[in-house]
Amino acid sequence: MRVICTVNGVERSADDVWEGESLLYVLRERMGLPGSKNACEQGECGSCTVYLDGVAVCACLVAAGQAAGRDVVTVEGLADGEELHPVQRAFLDAGAVQCGFCTPGLVVAVHDLLEREAAPSDPEIREALAGNLCRCTGYEKILDAVRLAAARAREETP
Amino acid sequence: MEFLSPPTWADALAAKAARPDAVPLAGGTDVMVELNFRRRAPAALLDLTRVPELRAWREEDGLLRIGAGVSYARIMAELGGRLPGLARAARTVGSPQIRNRGTLGGNLGSASPAGDGHPPLLATGALVELASTRGVRRVPVAEFFTGPKQSVLSDDELIAAVLVPPAPGPQQFAKIGTRNAMVIAVASFALELRPEGSVGTGIGSAGPTPLRAPEAEAFAAAELPWASRGRLDPAVAERFGELVAAAASPIDDVRGTAAYRRRTLGVLARRTLTWAWSELCA
Repeated sequence: MRVICTVNGVERSADDVWEGESLLYVLRERMGLPGSKNACEQGECGSCTVYLDGVAVCACLVAAGQAAGRDVVTVEGLADGEELHPVQRAFLDAGAVQCGFCTPGLVVAVHDLLEREAAPSDPEIREALAGNLCRCTGYEKILDAVRLAAARAREETP
Repeated sequence: MEFLSPPTWADALAAKAARPDAVPLAGGTDVMVELNFRRRAPAALLDLTRVPELRAWREEDGLLRIGAGVSYARIMAELGGRLPGLARAARTVGSPQIRNRGTLGGNLGSASPAGDGHPPLLATGALVELASTRGVRRVPVAEFFTGPKQSVLSDDELIAAVLVPPAPGPQQFAKIGTRNAMVIAVASFALELRPEGSVGTGIGSAGPTPLRAPEAEAFAAAELPWASRGRLDPAVAERFGELVAAAASPIDDVRGTAAYRRRTLGVLARRTLTWAWSELCA
């Protein structure tokens, strides 16, 4: 089947999509957007987190046909051209990136958290990131990155 | 495989009548996993995310009618005041991404004994509304489950909504797992205290279906100091826990042993009763 949806502000179309295929597969394999990572394929790891109509979801659990006509934003849609999004910048500056596989999903999840809560407490950060697994960092540097991104955003918008 | 995407409830019921083998799909948190791992190859998928009625909730004849497609995140955000037990259970589901997508209707449709939504629905005496082109029926949730991942849902029926009485008093939910997030319950327990002197219970993940604990309910109704609102006798709380544990019918599996589940349930029941009673008397 053909699936047409808006991805990062641009209308995109994919052909010959299998009816049981996930949005994640369509993004990665048919639309050339490999930022969302394919790891667990069961919603456990969060590395495929994207926005679907503004709501953070695991792309592996969305059927491609469910995304038809909807608005999808992936990690590739967060940066402004060559200018990294402040959340991405904070991940680099805090040393929150090791192998990098979990990073795109975490960046989207943190982006979503900071949209909802400008000054999250540590328990709120842990809760918000509970669905994103990282096997390298031990999470401490990731928590630092969230605090850094939040602090920088607050400095810019007093 | 066919992908059916009805835009209205009437179309959805017609599609299910025409294709009883179509697998209903909402948040995808169960169905998509089976598809991703090629564990299931249904002849058709019936996407219910475009049916507006399923995503709405409203008051109806003194009950809260929650569309089957309302997400856990929305139950937490929009219904926590009137259904604190269900909202507490919703908060323990998966992760933010899963709660944004998973639905109560999907929980019921999967009918896992471990479904987090089930114990609070049992404790509150909720009804499940099932619909087909033949008509609509409302089934008490205690009669909905017939076995592990089995329910009274017919091949041509869809789950329309659950109907839940607004909390008449304190409601609690507690769940045991290996961590706070992303956990399928090893055991869970929901409790409702009704100030006029009765108690509702729901046990999860400790039997072939979610279960009530009728003897524990009758014991608590008889023994709690409803009139005086006096302090909860620890012996009463302990006995309540024993009766809840006795009502369960757990097995050993990958997530825990039957003995651990029984032990856990006794503790959860005692704790939730203690919390709820102090809330009632506050």
